[in-house]
Amino acid sequence: MLVVVCVKQVPDTTQVQIDPVTNTLIREGVPFIVNPYDTHAVEQALRFKDRYGCRVVAISMGPPNAEATLRKALAQGADRAVLLSDRVFGGADTLATSKVLAAAIERLSKEDEVGVVICGKQTIDGDTAQVGPGIATRLNFAQLTLVDRVDELDLSARRIKVSRKLEGRHEHVEAPLPVLLTVVRELNRPRYPTVAMRLESADAKVEVWDNGVLGLDVNTIGLKGSPTWVSRIFSPERAKGEMLGDGAHDPEGAAQILIDKMIEKDLLAL
Amino acid sequence: MQTAIFTTLLVASLLFFGWSVYRRLSLVLLGQPEERFDQPGLRLSEMFLYAFGQLRVIKKPFGLNHFVIFWSFVILAIANGEFMVNGVFPTLSLALLPEGLHRALLLAFDVVSLLTLFAIVLSFVRRIVVRPAQLDSLYVKGRSPEAFVILSFIALLMLAYFGMHGAIIAQRPEAAASAMPVSTVVAAWLTNAGVDLSLVESVSWWVHAFVLLAFICFLPLSKHMHILTAIPNCYFGALTWPATQPRETFEKGAVYGVGSVERFTWKDLFDSFSCTECGRCQAACPASITGKPLNPRQIVHAIKTNLLENGPALKDGRKATLPLIGDEGEGTNTEDAIWSCTTCGACMEACPVLIEQMPKIVKMRRHLVETESKFPEELLNLFENMEQRSNPWGIAPGERAKWVSTLPVKPFVAGETEYLLYVGCAGSFDSRAKQVTVALATVLNAAGVSWGILGKDEKCCGDSLRRLGNEFLFDKMAKENVEIFRERGVAKVITLCPHCLTTLKNDYRQYGLELEVVHQSELIADLIKKGRIKLDGGEKSLGKIAYHDPCYLGRHNDIFEAPRTVVQAVTGEAVMEAERHGRNSFCCGAGGGRMWMEEFIGDRVNHTRVDELLAEKPDTVCVACPYCMTMMEDGLKDRGAGEVKVRDVVEVLAEGLLHKKG
Repeated sequence: MLVVVCVKQVPDTTQVQIDPVTNTLIREGVPFIVNPYDTHAVEQALRFKDRYGCRVVAISMGPPNAEATLRKALAQGADRAVLLSDRVFGGADTLATSKVLAAAIERLSKEDEVGVVICGKQTIDGDTAQVGPGIATRLNFAQLTLVDRVDELDLSARRIKVSRKLEGRHEHVEAPLPVLLTVVRELNRPRYPTVAMRLESADAKVEVWDNGVLGLDVNTIGLKGSPTWVSRIFSPERAKGEMLGDGAHDPEGAAQILIDKMIEKDLLAL
Repeated sequence: MQTAIFTTLLVASLLFFGWSVYRRLSLVLLGQPEERFDQPGLRLSEMFLYAFGQLRVIKKPFGLNHFVIFWSFVILAIANGEFMVNGVFPTLSLALLPEGLHRALLLAFDVVSLLTLFAIVLSFVRRIVVRPAQLDSLYVKGRSPEAFVILSFIALLMLAYFGMHGAIIAQRPEAAASAMPVSTVVAAWLTNAGVDLSLVESVSWWVHAFVLLAFICFLPLSKHMHILTAIPNCYFGALTWPATQPRETFEKGAVYGVGSVERFTWKDLFDSFSCTECGRCQAACPASITGKPLNPRQIVHAIKTNLLENGPALKDGRKATLPLIGDEGEGTNTEDAIWSCTTCGACMEACPVLIEQMPKIVKMRRHLVETESKFPEELLNLFENMEQRSNPWGIAPGERAKWVSTLPVKPFVAGETEYLLYVGCAGSFDSRAKQVTVALATVLNAAGVSWGILGKDEKCCGDSLRRLGNEFLFDKMAKENVEIFRERGVAKVITLCPHCLTTLKNDYRQYGLELEVVHQSELIADLIKKGRIKLDGGEKSLGKIAYHDPCYLGRHNDIFEAPRTVVQAVTGEAVMEAERHGRNSFCCGAGGGRMWMEEFIGDRVNHTRVDELLAEKPDTVCVACPYCMTMMEDGLKDRGAGEVKVRDVVEVLAEGLLHKKG
């Protein structure tokens, strides 16, 4: 059985600034990282591998340099990495992206059964949380989002039981395979690659599939296949706060004012 | 008959001794290669200083006792050599030497034997009555009978020596009596007691013979093996203080760190046979003192036990069975012990026979991080932050130069700027340390020093990574930094932080980069000395100032005086010293990457240190390291002594300058 894990290379958003004139992200000089939620997805896939011996395939849609992200998954222990890269995939919104990823998973399923697909709950650049569910919809898989614990994967009964982390509560749910999970940070602690695995992955082959391989209608993918457009992106103006109390000379008084304010705004539970 | 029996016993003992020594020392060859044969002249002088001069031994009160025993062993080796030769060939003895020399030797043996007897009595008293903490720990309790056996052997040897010579002199007064004052007194007692003198002589001779041979047989099996190994261990000791760790080569199929005993170098293994289990490292170790599972002596002892246990298998090319790192047990080091080390170096400073404990711990950390990927949870964030953002907090690198906002600071330009100020991560991002950076900038400007910064291009030096055993990442960052320094034509560097200092100065040298690196305290002390900063020595606003030596400034880089002279120049008074200071200073608890880890076990190291400083009743604690700053400030708050200020040495100076202006 294959476990497919979807990863994305994202700009390190703590270092991203927005060009005030063009309203676009200034990407120059900003380092790329693996979308943090995806690292937990990779870890979960590897735990399935450790426990059940499934093969783990990491896939990513992105420009050629997104290869680094896949290498990291290989360093952690993924068996195979596929980069979906083609100019016609570019400019995609979540719908077009999920189509390409779903097509790749479908292609993989011709080689071996895909039992589980795992994604991070969202990416830190787009923050839509739509791609995972989009893939499940396109593949007609059950979808379990916001998973913070996997209780049981029963391969013979072909069922999975997980816990979902919702606002203020947990939900225990069960679904038949094949299934798509989107995961939150609380799920696990990603493993740190050993040096041997890092060196191994540096030379490992990352397969590149373009649309010639997937054979999708170019009008349904990329910019052309994207019904959503970003009209503007901007940093919200921050209202300037006021200085209260005198922290330098009366720290206790200042702390008291702060606590009162927080209680007033219902930020502190009493 | 006597000759035949003795000869047989002697040959058997020597064979057993030789076999035992071979069995142990041949295991040393299982270790990895390490160059320790260079500079024989320097090595010899170190050996004379530390082994024959017992330089470290005599630093402690009872050390003098050991000094006496050591030198009597050296002198009595001649007497015992004669005893054995004479026992086999009765016609050969020292009496064949010229009369004068013979008499001088007899006098020496006689006096030295008495001194040894006194020293042994003192040793008994120390172990039974004084019971120093490091000899009374759980760890050695089980083994202390060994010490009593050896002490009894030595005492018996001396008593038998006097019995034998006393009886000889009583029977044949002409036997060099005047050269042996102690034996002559014994002879008088024996005569007065009216005992059978020839019986005393022969019993004493046999007691001497048996004890001597037993001693020879027992020696290699006990911690007294150090009698054979300590002297060569001092010869092979590190020629430069081991503040750094060796590089690793990263290639496919290579093994990283030490996860099995044979992965240590031969010198690491030889160290383990040189340990006397004196416990001085343990008595100096901040982890041991605060109740952590790390005891440097136990680390070294576990290596020896593990080697003895696994040695035969390893020699046959089989795998080790007793794990080097694992659950608590003889011959195994626990992960908690390995992670407790602050790499402060106090153990290495204390060791009389120059054992290098700290690098061994880092080597085992390397195995855990690089091969097993097993380390305390908190470190995952640190490693990711370092790799992605080149600072421990994971703050955006673009914010590295934000501290300059209030100051006119120039970028470093080779040829135009004299010094690169390597601000470091704490000085760039930590709000308290940033104040120190600003103070330093002000002082440098006041003194007209030409300096500049790399700004956003500065990267973390990687100190914590190296001490934590993440050598792979350190190697990557070191290469990047070396490249930047070369590209920018940096030759002279000022660092704010002793950890940056040691990394740039000692670690990067392994990458072929020779920089002139000074810690800010050295530079400002020099500026004061040269009159480029003028002070009136009357600054009193900080009250009485106690100075805390940072390990990586003091012990690891020999800078003790500079910060003290700066404070004295400002206040006109010498700093107050904590009980442990200078070379024997006590760590703040944050070195060796401990800054980034939780401290769950035992007391907090900074609490112990703060208590020690508070005992001197200072108004201000002066530090010279951002880690110490954090640990001291936190510790003082925890101890309800928040009114005691903590200042970096350059802040003390800045305050002095203000005072002078105002």
